[in-house]
Amino acid sequence: MADLTSEFCGIKSPNPFWLASAPPTDKEYNVRRAFEAGWGGVVWKTLGEEGLPVVNVNGPRYGAIYGADRRLLGLNNIELITDRPLEVNLAEMTRVKKDYPDRALIASVMVPCDEKSWKDILPRIAETGCDGFELNFGCPHGMAERGMGSAVGQVPEYIEMVTRWCKEATGLPIIVKLTPNISNILLPAEAAKRGGADAVSLINTINSISSVNLDSFCPEPMIDGKGTHGGYCGPAVKPIAMNMVAEIARNPETHGLPISGIGGVTTWRDAAEFLALGAGNVQVCTAVMTYGFKIVEEMISGLSEYLDEKGMTSVAELSGKAVPNVTDWQYLNLNHVTKAVIDQDECISCGRCYAACEDTSHQAISMTSDRVFEVMDDECVACNLCVNVCPIEGCITMKTLEPGDLDERTGKIVSKDYGNWTKHPNNPSATAAE
Amino acid sequence: MPNNERTSGLVSARLPQSDYAERFTDLHPQLDDHEAQVAADRCYFCHDAPCMTACPTSIDIPLFIRQIVTGTPAAAAKTIFDQNILGGMCARVCPTETLCEEVCVREIAEGKPVEIGRLQRFATDTLMSKQVHPYKRAATTGKTIAVVGAGPSGLAAAHRLAMLGHDVTLFDAREKLGGLNEFGIASYKSTEDFAQKEVDWLLAIGGITVEAGKALGDTLTLDSLQSDFDAVFLSIGLAGVNALRADGMDLDGVEDAVEFIARLRQSTDLSTLPVGRNVVVIGGGMTAVDAAVQAKLLGAQTVTMAYRRGKDRMGASVYEQDLATSKGVSIVYNAQPVAVLGGGACRAMTFEYTAEIDGTLQGTGEMVEIAADQVLVAIGQKLVGAPQGLTIEGGKIAVDVFGKTTMQNVWAGGDCASGGDDLTVTAVAEGRDAAMDIHAVLMGEG
Ligand SMILES: Cc1cc2nc3c(=O)[nH]c(=O)nc-3n(C[C@H](O)[C@H](O)[C@H](O)COP(=O)(O)OP(=O)(O)OC[C@H]3O[C@@H](n4cnc5c(N)ncnc54)[C@H](O)[C@@H]3O)c2cc1C
Ligand SMILES: Cc1cc2nc3c(=O)[nH]c(=O)nc-3n(C[C@H](O)[C@H](O)[C@H](O)COP(=O)(O)O)c2cc1C
Ligand code: SF4
Ligand code: SF4
Ligand code: SF4
Repeated sequence: MADLTSEFCGIKSPNPFWLASAPPTDKEYNVRRAFEAGWGGVVWKTLGEEGLPVVNVNGPRYGAIYGADRRLLGLNNIELITDRPLEVNLAEMTRVKKDYPDRALIASVMVPCDEKSWKDILPRIAETGCDGFELNFGCPHGMAERGMGSAVGQVPEYIEMVTRWCKEATGLPIIVKLTPNISNILLPAEAAKRGGADAVSLINTINSISSVNLDSFCPEPMIDGKGTHGGYCGPAVKPIAMNMVAEIARNPETHGLPISGIGGVTTWRDAAEFLALGAGNVQVCTAVMTYGFKIVEEMISGLSEYLDEKGMTSVAELSGKAVPNVTDWQYLNLNHVTKAVIDQDECISCGRCYAACEDTSHQAISMTSDRVFEVMDDECVACNLCVNVCPIEGCITMKTLEPGDLDERTGKIVSKDYGNWTKHPNNPSATAAE
Repeated sequence: MPNNERTSGLVSARLPQSDYAERFTDLHPQLDDHEAQVAADRCYFCHDAPCMTACPTSIDIPLFIRQIVTGTPAAAAKTIFDQNILGGMCARVCPTETLCEEVCVREIAEGKPVEIGRLQRFATDTLMSKQVHPYKRAATTGKTIAVVGAGPSGLAAAHRLAMLGHDVTLFDAREKLGGLNEFGIASYKSTEDFAQKEVDWLLAIGGITVEAGKALGDTLTLDSLQSDFDAVFLSIGLAGVNALRADGMDLDGVEDAVEFIARLRQSTDLSTLPVGRNVVVIGGGMTAVDAAVQAKLLGAQTVTMAYRRGKDRMGASVYEQDLATSKGVSIVYNAQPVAVLGGGACRAMTFEYTAEIDGTLQGTGEMVEIAADQVLVAIGQKLVGAPQGLTIEGGKIAVDVFGKTTMQNVWAGGDCASGGDDLTVTAVAEGRDAAMDIHAVLMGEG
């Protein structure tokens, strides 16, 4: 069986599955149970300054969106950082780390944006025996208004500055957690690197309103008739998170900077995808809030089986495997031609592909009176929509035309050569062949 | 000693009083909100949905299910009623396994259709329980129409005509409206007096004058209706039953299944209904199954359905056959009735086994005797009381695709008319369609 041991910016853990800083890592009771369940590491719920802790709302703090069968697809929250006193958290962290020396224990921190605050608190927290720090520059609600969280994360100069203070204050690894509430994720990532960060982790939650109560005309979760934007997470944010991870992984400035992938990780497969896109490990929050700690068992068994199947012996081998294949649109091979093919034995004649293709723009699927659906190769642009809407997995597939085959739609013979937009005759700024 | 399942002869109160309500409860209980959500989520919202094509009233099934999913069951009910004003009853009695659910793509995909019938009931019950009628009549047209027979076909026609602004007079031979909804449908399909509640709800459209207890044929003639009304719609069902030719049919305890069921449906205290210890039901259709199951539920010790042909030829669907056997009914295939035995009261019945040879059914000479202190005959109904002058075709009033008979301004639909299966939903479809044709003709569009 593949070895899942992971080393992330010098921090060792028995597997690459960490719990993200959030309610599941809020206290000793939870973290002990998480470790018992098999989690490789935890990022403790974000610690704040000494003194009176922040307070949370006393009404609902979550909102959600659902898929079929009321599966939770996206969660929205208006929770703040830990609402328990610093000393209590530190004492608990110390006890837990002592009992679970092989697990990663990371302290997430968010204090006001001044040098003294950061430099005072890190050494104190380090006394717990924690393995590293995660700087929470991501929280999009409540803390940002106080000049913390995403208020810092949205300004690259602040990220660089705070990271540098932290590096000066401790020898332990510094992970900078990035907010996705920004137009170009590379700017904060590069700033973190310049500041000396050992790694970045992303994404934190996305500004969101998850639903509106149509009786009281107020966003949910509703507190005494008012609502506010929260932070969105769960399966729905995974595609956004993966893109940001991939951008950082393939950007020459940040390539090689360890990335902890976060956002919608629910199964081993999600984790494997993040790893392939360049993450060194993953962090999980919503999936555990939905299903409990036990899901890590499936993640462990699934990832090991997958690595075995692929003949890989370590997580590190998988990490970054897909990065070379992430490119810009303009470099995609326009001479690659595929056609949708419907497997008539699998087809249940629901007609969804027909409705999709007919009412989208291609009208490439025919329907007979006895409900036989077929792709017309002379119309199919291979958009993949039918594959996406068909309820039967594997029923519609994409067949690749071989060089020399006729593309019935264009009437052209499929070329064996690679040809992209930069050289395409329709491109006014096409560069002549080199 | 009180009676029990083993008490001989035709006796009542075979069960403790408390058992009846439980035994005759809904076959398919109403879905609660959560169950409805889970069931509705399974619908794929098919394009040009096959289920909709299979529904004789062409209810827009994917649309109404989507309306349930999005939390608007009243809108879902409206989608159903637009096509089928008796959607509430149909949700309970349709043999969905041979209609919409049979062709549901999820039946094809995983052998488990979307539960269309139960979802339909969820939607229609939600709206009907609000005690409001969702339709308004159009401005009056001044046209008058006689509808004869207030079963599903007549009710559907009357409602549609009244909605279009016509003045309808609804005649029925019986004092109670509803036809077989009230007198025929198995009690575990239509519980809690649903048939009457539905009639009352439907009549709330207004514009329908009810003339109950008036049979066509007595004082009421087609001639007089034709002269008094602008149009006539006949929906008199099949009021007669086919006779079984066998010795001993006059013995006590031998009865037509339809009468047995009607008595049961009208009973307010099932413990007063006599039922045999050993009941034999002759026939292989839906009526035979209903009679057999209900005899068993009443406390008969043994109930045997005897059908003269093989399992595959049986009128009742496999689903219904399974229902019967699950309730403890045994089904004997390939057995044709020979004689009822007994003196005064029946005691047993003899059958001869059959085989289908070259497409014809032949006795094999092998006989079997089955104990029977009650024999229920369910070998089909037939048309009686069709007015003179109408063309009869295959034992039914001949009509064209619009429900027009061969007589001027006379339409017919439902079981009494040619074409279509003898099902509640088909009767509704034919009543509705005839109404639309009557409307078109009377308003000069047809
Ligand atoms: C026992 C039994 C169980 C059944 N179960 C089911 C089932 O589960 N599902 C299903 O889909 N179908 C079932 N059916 C079939 C279904 O009930 C019929 O197809 C449907 O009721 C036909 O409707 P209709 O309006 O044409 O006739 P009916 O329902 O028969 O109504 C005819 C009406 O006309 C009246 N009438 C008759 N003669 C005259 C006259 N001369 N003058 C005035 N009024 C008259 C009658 O009193 C009656 O009210 C069952 C039938 C039977 C017998
Ligand atoms: C209720 C809740 C509270 C959170 N609190 C914190 C926090 O205190 N610090 C932090 O860095 N991230 C916090 N997050 C963000 C998560 O750590 C994580 O980045 C995000 O939820 C995306 O991962 P997911 O899709 O697996 O949930 C919180 C998320 C949720 C749902
Ligand atoms: S790939 Fe796109 S264009 Fe081709 S058949 Fe499918 S939906 Fe239509
Ligand atoms: S969507 Fe899939 S199952 Fe449905 S008709 Fe098209 S190919 Fe068949
Ligand atoms: S066939 Fe089944 S899945 Fe398709 S629309 Fe009808 S009920 Fe829904």
